[in-house]
Order: sequence, then C-alpha cells, then structure tokens
Amino acid sequence: MLELRSVGKRVGEETHLADISLRLEPGSLNVLLGPTLSGKTSLMRLMAGLDKPTSGTVHMDGKDVTGVPVRKRDVAMVYQQFINYPALSVFENIASPLRIAGKPKAEIRATVERVAALLKLTPYLDRQPLQLSGGQQQRTALARALAKNARLVLLDEPLANLDYKLREELRAELPKIFAESGAIFVYATAEPEEALLLGGHTATMKEGRVTQFGPTVDVYRRPNTLDTARTLSDPPLNYAWVRKSGRRLLPELADARQPDFDEIPLPEHYAGLGDGRYALAIRPHHLRLHREGPNDVELTGSVVSTEITGSETFLHVDLIDRWIILAPGIHDLEPKAMVSVYFSRQDIMLFGDDLKAADTAPLFEGA
Amino acid sequence: MAEITLDHIGHAYGPAKSRSDYALKELHHVWSDGGAYALLGPSGCGKTTLLNIISGLLTPSEGRVLFDGQDVTHLPPEARNIAQVFQFPVVYDTMTVAENLAFPLKNRGVARPVIAARVERIIAMLGLTAEANKRAASLTADMKQKISLGRGMVREDVAAILFDEPLTVIDPHLKWQLRSQLKTLHREFGHTMVYVTHDQTEALTFADTVVVMYEGEVVQVGTPQDLFERPAHTFVGYFIGSPGMNVLPVALDGAVARLGGEAVALPGRAVAAKGAVTALGVRPEFVVLGDDGLPFTVVRVDDIGREKIVHGTIAGVAVAAILPEGAAVPAMPRASFRAEGINVYADDWRIEVAA
Amino acid sequence: MTKTENNRAWFLVLPVLLLVAMNAILPLMTVVNYSLQESFIAGFWDWVGTRHYQDVLASERFHAALIRQFAFTFIILIIEVPLGVAVALAMPKKGAWASLCLVLMALPLLIPWNVVGAIWNIFALPEIGLLGWGLNALGFDYNYTNQPISAWITVILMDVWHWTSLVVLLAYAGLQSIDEAYYRAAKIDGASRWAVFRYIQLPKMKTVLIIAFLLRFIDSFMIYTEPFVLTGGGPGNATTFLSIDLVKAAVGEFNLGIAAAMSIIYFLMTLLVCWLFFTLMTKDKEGQA
Repeated sequence: MLELRSVGKRVGEETHLADISLRLEPGSLNVLLGPTLSGKTSLMRLMAGLDKPTSGTVHMDGKDVTGVPVRKRDVAMVYQQFINYPALSVFENIASPLRIAGKPKAEIRATVERVAALLKLTPYLDRQPLQLSGGQQQRTALARALAKNARLVLLDEPLANLDYKLREELRAELPKIFAESGAIFVYATAEPEEALLLGGHTATMKEGRVTQFGPTVDVYRRPNTLDTARTLSDPPLNYAWVRKSGRRLLPELADARQPDFDEIPLPEHYAGLGDGRYALAIRPHHLRLHREGPNDVELTGSVVSTEITGSETFLHVDLIDRWIILAPGIHDLEPKAMVSVYFSRQDIMLFGDDLKAADTAPLFEGA
Repeated sequence: MAEITLDHIGHAYGPAKSRSDYALKELHHVWSDGGAYALLGPSGCGKTTLLNIISGLLTPSEGRVLFDGQDVTHLPPEARNIAQVFQFPVVYDTMTVAENLAFPLKNRGVARPVIAARVERIIAMLGLTAEANKRAASLTADMKQKISLGRGMVREDVAAILFDEPLTVIDPHLKWQLRSQLKTLHREFGHTMVYVTHDQTEALTFADTVVVMYEGEVVQVGTPQDLFERPAHTFVGYFIGSPGMNVLPVALDGAVARLGGEAVALPGRAVAAKGAVTALGVRPEFVVLGDDGLPFTVVRVDDIGREKIVHGTIAGVAVAAILPEGAAVPAMPRASFRAEGINVYADDWRIEVAA
Repeated sequence: MTKTENNRAWFLVLPVLLLVAMNAILPLMTVVNYSLQESFIAGFWDWVGTRHYQDVLASERFHAALIRQFAFTFIILIIEVPLGVAVALAMPKKGAWASLCLVLMALPLLIPWNVVGAIWNIFALPEIGLLGWGLNALGFDYNYTNQPISAWITVILMDVWHWTSLVVLLAYAGLQSIDEAYYRAAKIDGASRWAVFRYIQLPKMKTVLIIAFLLRFIDSFMIYTEPFVLTGGGPGNATTFLSIDLVKAAVGEFNLGIAAAMSIIYFLMTLLVCWLFFTLMTKDKEGQA
C-alpha cells in the first residue's frame, strides 16, 4: 500500500502541492484528474521518488520511503510521449527492465511473451518501435512497465497523444490488464470522461490540492465540493448562485439583468437546510427540452450555439449563466431563439458559500 | 470566402503503380462557399495530405484544386489567400496580441486606420479585449489558439480557414467554450472552414458536412445525422459513436437476418450480391435490453455517470448497449434492435433495405 | 528539466571540486598574493598594498592595451555574430548537404591556436604567402610585419576565420529548434523574408546568440597565441592586446607584482561583463514566464 501523509511541495515561493493525504491499495486503479497545472505530474513525481516533498511523508507498506530515490523504489512509469529504446526490438524493449534485474533467460522470454499477448503486441516483437503506429508504440511502453512487475506503476496521460478511437480501445482494455497485475496503478488525465470510463478510484485535483478521493462513481454522484463536481463533469457542470429563503431558492444576480426565474421550490432532499447563499448546480444531461412532470422547473433563455453530434445535441443557452444542455436527438435551434428548458428538482445539487456540498447529499441512484 | 473544388484529386508520394501506392485515392468534391467541413479519420488516413493539398503545401500528383473556379493547384500557400490554425499554437512571441493580429494586414500594406479598426473588431469578437496589449508569449494555450484564428479572420478577403487539430493542447472544459465560440464566429463571418481531426466529437459538432476518411479513401460524406443513423461503411459505424456500432455477421434471408440459431426481423427485404459477407450494423443506442428478443449475456457494465454501457454477447458476438442513468440492468436480459437503427452491410458497405 | 534530489550526489562532485580548487582557486590566490607584494630578489618579499594596482591603472601602456583590446573585441563581435547568423541562415536545413556544411564549419574549430597563427603567418607573408603576395600584386600596399593596419586586418581575419564557425553552429542549433508550423504561419500571414527573421528566427535564436556573444567576448580577452605567432604583438605595440601585454610584463620584464595586478584587473573585468550578461539573460527569462 502506498500512503501519502499530508505531503506538500513548494518550489521557491510557489506552492505546487499542498497537504495531500492518500492511501492507495494494491491492485487498485487510481485516477488523478485535473486540468493542466493542477499538480498531477508533481504528485506523481513525489510518488515515484523523483522529487522529495517539502513537507509530509510517503510510506510504502508502512515503511517511510520519503527520501528514498526512484532507483530503489520499484516503480515503473509511462509518459504521454511514446518513450522506447529506438534501436532495440519490441521484444528487447519489453525485456529491458528484466535484463537489468538480471533475470534468467527463460523467465524473461516467458514474461515478455505473456505481457506482449496481453497488449496484443505478439506479431510485432521483432520490429523496432519506430516502425510501429503510435498506438503500438505506447502499448510497447506499457508492456515494458508491466514486465517490470513493479509495485507501483505511474501513467502520466498515457493516451493523450493517441487517436480518439485508439484511446477508447485502450481505455477499455487497461482496467482488465491492471486488475490482473496486482500493482498499484496511478493514472493521470485531464479528461473527466476518461476517469469515468476507467472506473476505479479518482482523486480530483485543483491548484495543487486533492479535492476528493474515492470510487469514481461515488465522487461523480456525491461530490463534496463545487470544485470536485466541476472537475469531474464533461460537458462542464452548470451552476449559478441562489439565495435560499424558507422553502424557496431565489435568484441572485450581480448585475441588473432580468432574472430567468422568480423562484425555484426547494428540492425535498434539501429540506433541512439553513437559509443563505448557495450554488445551484445541475448536470447538462439533466436539463431537458420537454416537460416530464408537473413539478419540473422551467427556465427560459436564448440560444447561443447549437452543436449536433448526430445522436445528441449540445445547446449552449444563456440561462442563469451560459449553460450547456445535453439533449438526446437532433434539435437544430437557431442562435438567439428563445427556448424553454426543464429539469426535475430531484437533480439539483446545492453547494454552500464555502463551496462545500450542502448537508443532505442528493442520491441519484434509483431516483 | 470561396467555393473549393477538388477536381479528381489524388496523391502518391512516390511513383504510383497500383491503387495502394496512393496516400490519397482519387476523390472529387465541391465544397460550397461558407460551409463548415470536417475531415475525420485515424492517423494515416490521408486527411493531413488532403489538407496540405488544399493549403498549397503539397501539389497533388493528379487532379486540380479550384478556388471559386480559379485553378490554384500550383500556387503556394501565400498566394492562395488561406489562413491556417495549427495543432500547436503559433504566435509571434515578441509582439502583443494586437500586433499579432495586425501583422498579416501590415505585411499586405493595408492602411493604418483600416488595420486598427479591423484588429479592434476581431479582438472584441474573440473576447481578448483585456489582453490586447499583453505580450502574446505570456498567454495560455487557448488564448494563443484564438490569436492564431484571429490572424486569419482579420483578413477580409480570406478564401478559407483551415484547422489542423486545433484543440489538441486545450483542457477539456475550455474545449467546450472554444468550440461554441468557433461556431458563433463561423455563423457571423461566413468563412469557408475546413477542420481536420481524429476526434469525432470535434468533427461532428463543428461541421455541417463531415468527410470520413479511411486508408486514403473517402468512405462517406454526410451530415452528422447521416453518419450516425446510416453509416455507409462499417468503418464509419465503428469510428463514429462511443462505443462504435455493433457489427453482427448474419445470413440474409429476405426480410430476416439469421444470427446463429436466432432470427432478426429486418425493416424490409435486403439482397446482397452472391458470396458477399453480410452483417447487421446496430448502434448501442438502438439496442434495447428487456424481455423480448435475442438472449443477451452480460459481460461487464461500465457506469460512466450519465449513462451505463453494457458489454455483452449475442450468440457469441460482442455487443454493447447503452442504458440511461439510473436504469437497472435486467438479470436475464434479451436484446432487441429498434427498427430505425438497423443497417445491413455487404462486404462492409451499406446496402439499401427495400421497404 | 527537473532535477532528482539526492544529497549523496555531492560526494560524486567532490573530486572535481578538489581539481578546480587545485587548478583555479589556488593559483588565483597566489596571483592575488603576488599582486600585493614586491619581489626584487627571489625569496624576498615586500608588502606594497594596492600600489601595483594604482600603478597599473594609471599607466598609459595599460590604457593603450585596454583600448586596443576593446577595439579588437568590438570589431570581431560585430563581424562574427552577424556573419555567423547569416551563414547559419544560408545553410541547408537537412539532408547530406547539411551534414557536409556542419563538418566544414567544425574544421576551423579543431585546429590548434598556434597552428592557426602559423598558417596565417605564412599565408599572409607579402613575399611568398598567397594572400600577402596576391594583395600586393593587386596593387595594395600590404605588409603585416611593418604596417599596423595590415597587422590588425590580418589578426581580425584570422580570428573571424577561426571562430565564426562557433557562432554558426550555435545559431544553426537555434534555428533547428523552430517548428515548421511557424514558417508556414508566417507564409500565410504574408511575412517578408526580413519579417520572418525579425519576428520568428531572431527571437527563437536569442538565447543561443547571447551565449555565442558571451563566449566570443570572453575568448577574445584571452587572445594571445595568434598575434604572438604572427608578429609578437607588433609592429611596435600595434597588436599588443591585454594578454600579450601581461606576458610581456611578467616574462619579458619579470615584473611579477605588476603582472599579477594586471591579471586580477582583467579577471574582474571579465567577471563583471559576464555577470552583466547573466543578469540580463535571466531577467528576460523571468519576463517571459
């Protein structure tokens, strides 16, 4: 088990990481999710032992390894760039960590063949990496990391340089491969969709902090802060500030704009909430262009742009703020057209003035 | 702004003896003035070759390129009046944002007051007013890409704006903003735009017409809806949609398709050429899990938040189905296909089903 | 690049530190020691404080050498840096020709300094040297052994021939790092050749050019072998630059105290200029971040 105890990293005046505590179990897949510069790579470097934290400690199976350099840590890494030995065959590339470890020949052959089969590289073992496609090159890099049989495998946006469809294929295969290995996998990505497709656990990151860590679906369904909810949402989460007064949510507008609604009745799951300022958040696919029940909330706004994928429509609409609606089917609405948007009060998420999730967490399961 | 005619274009990088030597196999298209086109395909499909032919970086070994009826086949990029946004942001580091935008006009000897007015307008359109006098080098990737785009839009007479995977280095959340903004700009300025990408979402959301390419060949040209509902080739079905279209090898028997021992009713009679390999193509969105239909064995369920992807098999063939958020997966499900989502393929190409 | 932290790594640097101490710091301290004392006879030392420094700074000979030195440095810099950039721009970007050009460019750098001096000594001899004879045959009155102007031209030509390659190689490396997309964008924007140079190539080459400038500046202060082999600092004192002057004082006149003081003064001057450059460079980098 890899454990980080309130680690931080400062470089000069800048704080790169602040007060991060995580426990990563063997055989688990852990996604670090956040935008560029949120600290994913810095955190991985600490886990690997490439950098030393300026505060806090790193423990591997209960042993403090904070100052232990990467060479002594039993770590494998895969990067966004396809990094292989260009002069070696795919076989030798995968075998390289085993050769360094001085493993017997027969064992090397067996391991390489097993890992190559897992990553569908068997037909290419005699080729050199640069003769392969990008996807195959990255599979080679992954195979080398797996062959090393390290306790900790770190993958820094490994699919970012691949074609969309190749990403989809590898994403589907990776969890199975990881599950077989038993190592601790840490996987950094900027794409919420990728975190959700990979499953496992997710740590959402923002400005050098981990905002939440848990099973990915739980983090998605029960975000503890507005930041977490926004990080793990693609299309981006819609939200707006409202004022709760009794059983009503009233618009709070900074400028003199006409409010889009007079009031929204308080959802039942927030019945016990105190009055005050809250962020009302709603996911794009919970917004609809048709009424489903008598208790639906209705908002009206003007269309900014319409994006049609062939099966779905993304509508950018000026509602309380510029919101995105993900509607199934084709809705070719002209810009500036007025449109009514509906949603169920059940789907509302509220976050307090301090951005923390309001007391009664909404449960969508079976709602 | 111009209409682009690709007059029987083909390209081979070396001597071409057979069809497979062509990086770009012969194609003939006319792209209308002010249209938004996307070239979509995996790496190595020829989409970059085609873009380079349009931009003038590459002279096709066969055929002609016409802008508004004028032959530009042998003209270099600078003589073609096009603009291009590259994969990685290209800005002039030592200049401010405003100077960057003024640069193409200054080079063409446009009068100063005209430049100032044009630049001001474009800066406002791009939402870069606050950054106008900042050094371009100090900005974030998404703003730099806006500057690249702005340098094209600032020229009133630009024939077409080409995009080469312009969102590669942009964070997911900013992609949504940039895409929407690009759409609005296209609407207001009416430039002919050509957008090259491997990302289906970007291609489909951007373009009115998507050109799907595979191994140097155009396999389908159509609206996003066409590509989704009636993929002309199994590759289109696979490449567009997440997960891609399910392809089930079947034997055709009039208005019935036989899959193992099971029978699937087709919307009409389908007849394929003798000896052709026939298959059904059904997108996961059109697979219904319930009490009717073919026995479906669940292999894995991926909960991706807004929907569930159920991976399973029908008669040993892998099939994916999409369920909405909150829907439960039946214990012993049977799968049926919605009629409007059934396509029939012979040797990977779609055939019509007679009603 | 980010660094790996490992405190034990310092031990690995220790031998080098010792070597540097033996080679640089100890001799430097000895020179400081000499510069503050007067030695008439071996073994007899007399503390004179800063008198040597005052003498040196007040001497006309020092001023003359210093002016010569700066003139020389200035001339070679304004020739070598633009010429180096021009050659780098003219070189092919890739292919066999690029490799050939690089090898040709590297050749002068591989020749020892005294050999360079000897080559030019013979090459420029008015009686038998191709250059010297040729110039005279063309009607120029050229003789580096007795005309200061001729000697200067020869020394400068020699230095340019020897060191422009270094600037070329650095500038070429800088140019190679520019992505092709920049040139395409510039073409599309209708930029002239000059604008491409001014707004793309020059900004991207800036860092390497500063390094080239710095290297050539420091090196030119050390110039000794070439003028020494050519004319021994003559005719008269025409090509007596700082280093030659220093050696004359130390070895020729055995004025160790004065020579030591001169050494320290040059050392401080070079250090000052380097520091100025370094500050300018790093300041600019912060501005970009």
